[in-house]
Order: sequence, then structure tokens, then C-alpha cells
Amino acid sequence: MLDTLVLSRMQFAANISFHILFPTITIALGWILFFFKLRFDQTDNPVWMRAYRFWVKVFALTFALGVVSGITMSFQFGTNWPGFMETVGNIAGPLLGYEVLTAFFLEATFLGIMLFGINRVPSKIHTLSALIVAIGTTISAFWILALNSWMHTPAGYEMRDGVAHVTSWLEVIFNPSFPYRFTHMLLASGLTAAFFVAGLSAYRILQGDPKLAPRLALKTGLVLAAILAPVQAFVGDLHGLNTFEHQPQKIAAMEGVWETERGAPLLLFAIPDEAQRTNHFEIAIPKMASLILTHELDGEIRGLNEFEGNHPPVKPLFFGFRVMVGMGVLMLAVAWTGCYLLLRRRGELPVWMLKIVVAMTFSGWLATLSGWYVTEIGRQPWLVTGVLPTADAVTPLAPANVGFSLTMYLLVYVVLMSAYIHTLRVMARKSVKVEEFETEAPQAGGKLTNVPDATEEGAA
Amino acid sequence: MTMESMSFADWLPVIFIGLMGLAVLIYAVLDGYDLGVGILLPMDASDESQRDTMIASIGPFWDANETWLVLGVGLLLIAFPSAHSMVLMNLYIPTAIMLIGLIMRGVAFDFRAKAAVDHKLTWDRTFKIGSLLTSLTQGYMLGQYVMGFESSWSAQLFSALSAIGVTAAYSYIGAAWLILKTEGKLQRRAVHWTRLAGRAAFVGVVAVSVVNPLVNPGVFDRWFTFPLVMFALLVPMLCFLAFTANEILLRRLPKVDDRHCWIPFVNVLLVFLLCFTGLAFSFYPEIVPGKLDIWQAASATESLQFILVGAAIVVPTILAYTVFSYRVFRGKATELRYH
Repeated sequence: MLDTLVLSRMQFAANISFHILFPTITIALGWILFFFKLRFDQTDNPVWMRAYRFWVKVFALTFALGVVSGITMSFQFGTNWPGFMETVGNIAGPLLGYEVLTAFFLEATFLGIMLFGINRVPSKIHTLSALIVAIGTTISAFWILALNSWMHTPAGYEMRDGVAHVTSWLEVIFNPSFPYRFTHMLLASGLTAAFFVAGLSAYRILQGDPKLAPRLALKTGLVLAAILAPVQAFVGDLHGLNTFEHQPQKIAAMEGVWETERGAPLLLFAIPDEAQRTNHFEIAIPKMASLILTHELDGEIRGLNEFEGNHPPVKPLFFGFRVMVGMGVLMLAVAWTGCYLLLRRRGELPVWMLKIVVAMTFSGWLATLSGWYVTEIGRQPWLVTGVLPTADAVTPLAPANVGFSLTMYLLVYVVLMSAYIHTLRVMARKSVKVEEFETEAPQAGGKLTNVPDATEEGAA
Repeated sequence: MTMESMSFADWLPVIFIGLMGLAVLIYAVLDGYDLGVGILLPMDASDESQRDTMIASIGPFWDANETWLVLGVGLLLIAFPSAHSMVLMNLYIPTAIMLIGLIMRGVAFDFRAKAAVDHKLTWDRTFKIGSLLTSLTQGYMLGQYVMGFESSWSAQLFSALSAIGVTAAYSYIGAAWLILKTEGKLQRRAVHWTRLAGRAAFVGVVAVSVVNPLVNPGVFDRWFTFPLVMFALLVPMLCFLAFTANEILLRRLPKVDDRHCWIPFVNVLLVFLLCFTGLAFSFYPEIVPGKLDIWQAASATESLQFILVGAAIVVPTILAYTVFSYRVFRGKATELRYH
């Protein structure tokens, strides 16, 4: 029988995994939309406006899913993890509070103007709203990652009677792992959104869309991904070094290193065996892990056996890490090949390449989720490293209650996910058939499209 | 504790319960009207264009409206963590159901506009059911809160009554919002809805007001102690006045040139404000009735100070750009367009 702890962990994992999918898209998609709108303001080229109009609808849908799945999160702390707030509430509370105060209202309010206000405010104000929404989503990421990073590498606090009290807010917010994690996540969002935009645009082109807007969006997505992928590799490496310094047991599990050794090999593949504390079927590059982590061929990596009984489960970290890195390499390859082909063929991709890009539409989700699984499972058995074990924070509720809510959430999530993907496809197909003739600049009180109402796409 | 002997640290919980109260009140009004619009959604096949207009009237706002709930719960979490745990653990199942309701209506709103035409009706139903579920569970939770989380059958009965009362109140403000934001046939329909929902809400408010002091002796003493009773009775009297004024006015609406179309909404606003004042007056300074007061539940002073600095700057800013947004979308609701 599953106990409340396991069920609560499953529920939290389910909620946050489902939730993170949508902000991961919207954080960067907000900036991409601002870019589209800004380019339209600068160039008066209506193709930018058409690209904006399609993607703003996708943004609205994705954002709504992010909002509703996020509201669930704000209740989770009290319902399932009362020990978390009792012990570190003095730190977690204000950080979450600042997220609501500085980000949620900003994005939610200006989203209304961004989505529905283009005919009611001057174009400049509308572009400004798009910018504010993008800033809002980024600020939101800032606070939530500050808190999450603090749970990994707590700083700027002292314990009094078993309760954490703040000694320096600056140290709390800019704790050792925060700058790396924040940058890593923003770039992950950029890559996710880039492939999402490129993938859905490629789908439209494959469906026979002759218009320029999807081609422009495809190009934007691929170029963005081509730039961000190598930057992400670099930042990811820095993040890894930071983790190596502060959470060596996490790195040991990611790399499958059991005994402390100098000149540790990089395992391309293996099956870690926690019972026998060894790996099977290793395929390794000698000394590479030491080189990557210590920048020396015979640098020392502390093994899992040094942390016996106090390190995270090895398998999920080992495989999760490889899935994330594998996706990263694949993204880099696809983005660069795509850009190369775009250059060679003057903006048109061959059908086989379009199909590959479509297949990569949700690649960012896979990479982001596996990355988060590595870092979050890697913190176990702690909820806050060295301060609060996960098992001590859980609710005393009966398992049946948690089982009930978990089942409900899972059901709803399955329905929502299929509806979301289905609706994206419907939107893409609908947009293929819509004729657009946009010639004039938008004005307050005027219409943008200059076409009869009947042909306008999906007025909401 | 007298006012003079209170230090700044003692005042902080008072300030935060005030902020939280403000957030909850604004939430009840703002999400109240958009939940109400969802509850009132007519589901006949011939009503589709009216459904479009009704949903368009809340389109630019619902998202920010729901954020006030996050702020209210967030402030409870930040400032009174032990109360947050106590309340939410006692209300675990209704909270989960309410969240499902909120999820349903939030996504239905966006899906209905973008899904294939044959699914639109399904999403409209989802929107209506989600709104209803959210209102009912919120009302139920309010009832449970007032009854000190008792599970006796009388407490359950009271909570059920409160669930219906809150749903009626949300429908009341939702219908009044529609009078303000729509015209023609739909507006006349909204006038009718406002009258019905108003009467139901009136019964609900009276019932809750009578039962509350009877079951909570502390509440009774507070309301009926001289000389405060003179002031205290002003609240229900004004509330009655607002209900009556609406009842009379609604018989004459809509008027020529749409005069006075905004008055019902203001009157309902007044009802909400007064009911909220009544509840706050019943329980302050207790945050979990009979169990915990705000000083016992408050978190560390330095944390409250840190967040207060931000709140003092940000909350007025939020109010300012909320007003800006309502100004941008003032006037009658028009079809929502993303361009």
C-alpha cells in the first residue's frame, strides 16, 4: 500500500511536471511575440503581424494552462507539505509572495490588453503590453528559481528552534546555485519555445500552407535554436561545475561513479545497480568525466560510496541526465542543419527536414522535464539540503485523501494534455486555409485585417 | 492588548490580515462576477451568440481576477503559515475539487474559442460546470470555516446552505455585471437574472447571519454588546437597504439611453462589502475561529517586514494598472478578437 509520503510526492511531481510544460513555452514565447510585434512596428511588413496573430493565440492557450495548473501549486504547500512552511516558511513565503506581487498580476493584467486590446489602445501601448507580459513571465521565473535554488544550496539564514530565519535576503536570493539554474532554465525555455514555434510552423508548411508567415516563424525558431543550443551547452557545463562543488553526491549519481577516483571515465551508457553498488554494461571514454568536471585529466571525483545512505537514487539521475544531454545534442544538430539548409535553399526546407522539425516540436519538453527530474530527485533525501528531510515535511493526512486528489488530477491532466495537442493541431490546420490580405498599419479603433468578417480566422 | 502598548512587530500581523482581507474581498467581487457569468451561461442551442457575448464580457479580466485568489492564499501562506496549514488540511477535499473547477473553467475559456466548432458546446458546458463547482466549493469552505471545521450533520447542513448562498451571491454580481456590459435582449435577460439571484442571495445572507451568532457564542456577544451594537446593526441595515434599492430599480431597467445600468453592480458591490465587513467583525482577530489568532499564527517579524516593503510599493501599482485595464475595456462588451 502506498503511504501518504509517496502519494504526496507523486502528486507534487505530477502537478509540477504538468505545470512546468506551459511556462517553459510561455516564458520565451512571450519574448518571441514581442519580437514579432516590434519588427512589425519597425518594418510595417504585414507578415510579422500575421505571425504575431497566430502565435498570440497559441500563447493565450498555453498561458491559460500554465495559470490554472499553477494555482494548484500554490495550494500544495499547505495541503500536502505543511512541514515545509513550518520550517522554512520565513524564506519560502516572501519569495513566493514576491512572485505573486511582482509577476502574476503584471502578466495577467497586461495579457488582457495584449490579447484583446489591439484595437483599443495605440499600437505602441500594445507593443509595450507585450513587452510587459514577457518581462512578467521572466520575473516569475526569477523568484521561483531563487526559491528552488535556495532549497538546493541554502544560504543567508540561521536556524533558531528548528525554524529557519533570514540573516541576509541578498544571500538567500542570490544563493550559490541560483545564477546558474536561472540562466539554464531561461535558455531551456528559449530552446523549448524555438522548437515549438519551428515545429508547428513546419507542420503548417507540410499541410500545404503557401503563406509567408509560417516560413518566417520557422526561420525565427531555427535561428534562435541554433544560437541558444551551444550557449546552453556552455551554461549547462557551468551549472554542472557548480553542482559538483555544492552537491557532489548528485554529480556522482549522474555520472554513475561509485568509488572515489582520479581520472574517472565518462560513461556513455551503463546500467547502474544500487544493490550491488556497481554498473553493468559500461561504455566509457577514459578520463573524460574528470576532465569535464575538474578540467584536469586525473582530477578527483568523489564516489557514491562516500555518501552511502545519504545520496539520491542513482538510476533516475543517471538516465535522466543522459536523456537531457542527448536531447540537447539532437537539438543542436537539427537547428544547425536546418539553418544551413535554409541558407542553401533560400528559405525553403526540403520535406524530409520539415518532418524532422515537426518531430522535434516538443523536444524541449522532454529535455526540460528530464533535467528537472535530475536536479529534483538529485536533492533527495532532502527537501531543503541539510535543513529539512522530505519525509519530515509531509502532511499527516490519510493516504485515501491524497490518493483521491491524485487520481483526480491525473485524470484531468490526461484530458487537458490531449485537448491541448489536439487544439494546436486544429489551429494550425485552420490557419492553413485562411486567406489574409493585410496592407495597412493597425490603428486604435480601426481594423487590422481589412477583410470581411467572414474570412477572419477564429475570432474568439 | 491595548493599542498604545502594541509595538510595530505587533502591528505587522494586523497589517497583513488587512491586506489579506483586501485581497479576499477583491477576489470575491472580481472573480465573483466572472464565476457568476459562468454559472448563468444559458445552454440552449439558440443561445450561442449570447454565450459568446457573455464570455467576451469577462475575457480580458478573468485571468487577473483569479490572481487575487493566489494573492489571498499566498498572503495566508506567507504571513500566517500555521493557519494556512490548518485551514487547508481541514479543507483538503473541497480544495482539490475547487481547483479542478478552476482548471476546468480556465482552460474551457481558451479552448472554446480555438477548438473545432463541434467541440465548442462541450467546452461551454465545461465552463459552466467548472464555474458552478468552484462557487459551490468556495461557499462550502466558507461554511466549514465559520463552523470551525466540524463534521457534524448540522455543520454540514450549514455548509451546504452557505454553498448555495455564495453561488447565489456570485450569480447576483455576475448578472449585475452583465447589465452593465451588455445591451438589448441579453441585457433584459440579465435584469431578470439579477432579480432572481438577488432574492436567493438575500435569503442566503439572512440565513448565514442568523445561524452564525447562534452557533458561535463569541460572535453573538460581539454583535450584541452595548454600545457597539448600535454600530454593528448598521451593517445589516445598510445591506438590507442595498438589496431593496436593487429590487426596486431592477423593475425599471433597462431605461432609455441605458441610464443607471451601472447602479445594480454598485449595489451588489455594497452588499459584498457589507457581508465581508460582517464576517471580519465576527472573527477578528481570530484567523481560525476558536483556534488561532493572528499573533499566534504570524511568521517571523523580519520576513513580514521584507514582504511589507514590496507590498507597500506593488499593491498600489497593481490597483493602478488594474484600473487602467478596466478603462481600456470600458463600455459594452464587444466580440473578442486577438487582433
